[in-house]
Amino acid sequence: MAINNSEHKYVIETRDLDIYYGSFKAVTGVTMKVERNAITAIIGPSGCGKSTLLRAFNRMNELNASTSVRGEVTFNGQDIYAKEVDPVEVRYRIGMVFQKPNPFPKSIYENIAWTARIHGYKGKMDELVENALRQAALWDEVKDKLHQSGLSISGGQQQRLCIARAISIKPEVILMDEPASALDPIATLKIEELMQELKKQYTIVIVTHNMQQAARASDYTAMMMLSGEGERSGTVIEFDDTKVIFTNPKDKRTEDYVTGRFG
Amino acid sequence: MVRKTFESEIQQVKDDVLILGSMVEKALLDSVEALKKRDIKAAEKLFLEDREINKKRFEIENHLMVLIATQQPMAKDLRILASTLEIISELERMGDYAKGIANINMRMGDAPLLKPLIDVPRMATKGVDMLHRALTAFVNEDVETSKTLPVEDDEVDALYNQIYRELMTFIIADPKVIERANWLLWVAHNLERFADRVTNICERTIFIATGEMAEIKSTDDEFWKQQKQEK
Repeated sequence: MAINNSEHKYVIETRDLDIYYGSFKAVTGVTMKVERNAITAIIGPSGCGKSTLLRAFNRMNELNASTSVRGEVTFNGQDIYAKEVDPVEVRYRIGMVFQKPNPFPKSIYENIAWTARIHGYKGKMDELVENALRQAALWDEVKDKLHQSGLSISGGQQQRLCIARAISIKPEVILMDEPASALDPIATLKIEELMQELKKQYTIVIVTHNMQQAARASDYTAMMMLSGEGERSGTVIEFDDTKVIFTNPKDKRTEDYVTGRFG
Repeated sequence: MVRKTFESEIQQVKDDVLILGSMVEKALLDSVEALKKRDIKAAEKLFLEDREINKKRFEIENHLMVLIATQQPMAKDLRILASTLEIISELERMGDYAKGIANINMRMGDAPLLKPLIDVPRMATKGVDMLHRALTAFVNEDVETSKTLPVEDDEVDALYNQIYRELMTFIIADPKVIERANWLLWVAHNLERFADRVTNICERTIFIATGEMAEIKSTDDEFWKQQKQEK
């Protein structure tokens, strides 16, 4: 069943979302909305469930057999965990980029072309590859070496290649799990600038442990902490405009975290 | 304790603001005292000492810039540093008012005071007292004091009006005294502005503590609002 494409203001919404690894409740009671064409950051100390929450947005957590969810995650108003929904289809519409760049051991060209082909693309491949690489701000740097291996370029370029690959199949949302933490400062800033461009067309959710990055690059920020049941479960303790979170947060725990007084 | 270094840097900034504040308080009281005594030499000295106030202000500003660049201040830390930039700017301008009074003293040359100074020193004492309490409130993030202190500016304004009316009667009685009256009016004006700036400092303290930037309504605002309503 195809995911409903529509123009809801909030492209992803969660309601009382709990996420379990086996019987362990890793995330408790998350109710939040992800605004379309905006960048939402999820920040918080290590181990508070940020990546777990992110992976629930496109059912990536199911690759771990013992994972289960309670509550609701909707995409354009449709429950993505409903029985009739194909998780693979969900992951086409909601793509993901990971911390360690993971281009395929293929040429730069084939990284994108192969991805598009297996998703059923039968149109002009050269055009698609060029568009994807342009959108990922990588075209000028690799246009003369499209047939070189995707692993032969720098870390920052590899990550942009992964972004190009993700957007080549035209998702609506791009989830990014610490996309710049393996990159040097200049490559990091390039990714952040790229995100500002990409948000015109896509919706982005980024998990980052780099507070300054969240402050620089995002529109909204969700502050996560271990405050769920028995303090071993993560939950969103505050969600607001990024500028509010970083200039005048409402929760003292958020204030302590963003000012570095936490821990 | 996390961010011990940053905390102690912020404390040092606050201490430096108190030092700058006390330099400004002394300058203002000394300038009025020198005027009272028509001590031109003292006035010349004050004129030059304003440079020390400016120097101290820039020293604090540099320190703040370094902290902003190197410590990634967020939330309340950011509000403290940004507000301190504003407060030292206010203090430097308040120092200029003291310098202005010294300047008038020098310009008056041999001309005697039109009348003995009574209300002018009162304005100065009141203004300096208000500044002192406002800076203490700033260092202690005392919102209550910062909210109530600005009302006392009315006393300073009342003294100013009194001086104005008194000088007008002098001028009407003998127009030749206009220049000497004008000098004194300028001195009073400087003192009135000095007290006004204390309100700005109080607003910044409230902003640091609450994150809300709001102008504290002055009695003037209320007066004109009422006038408008009565029409």
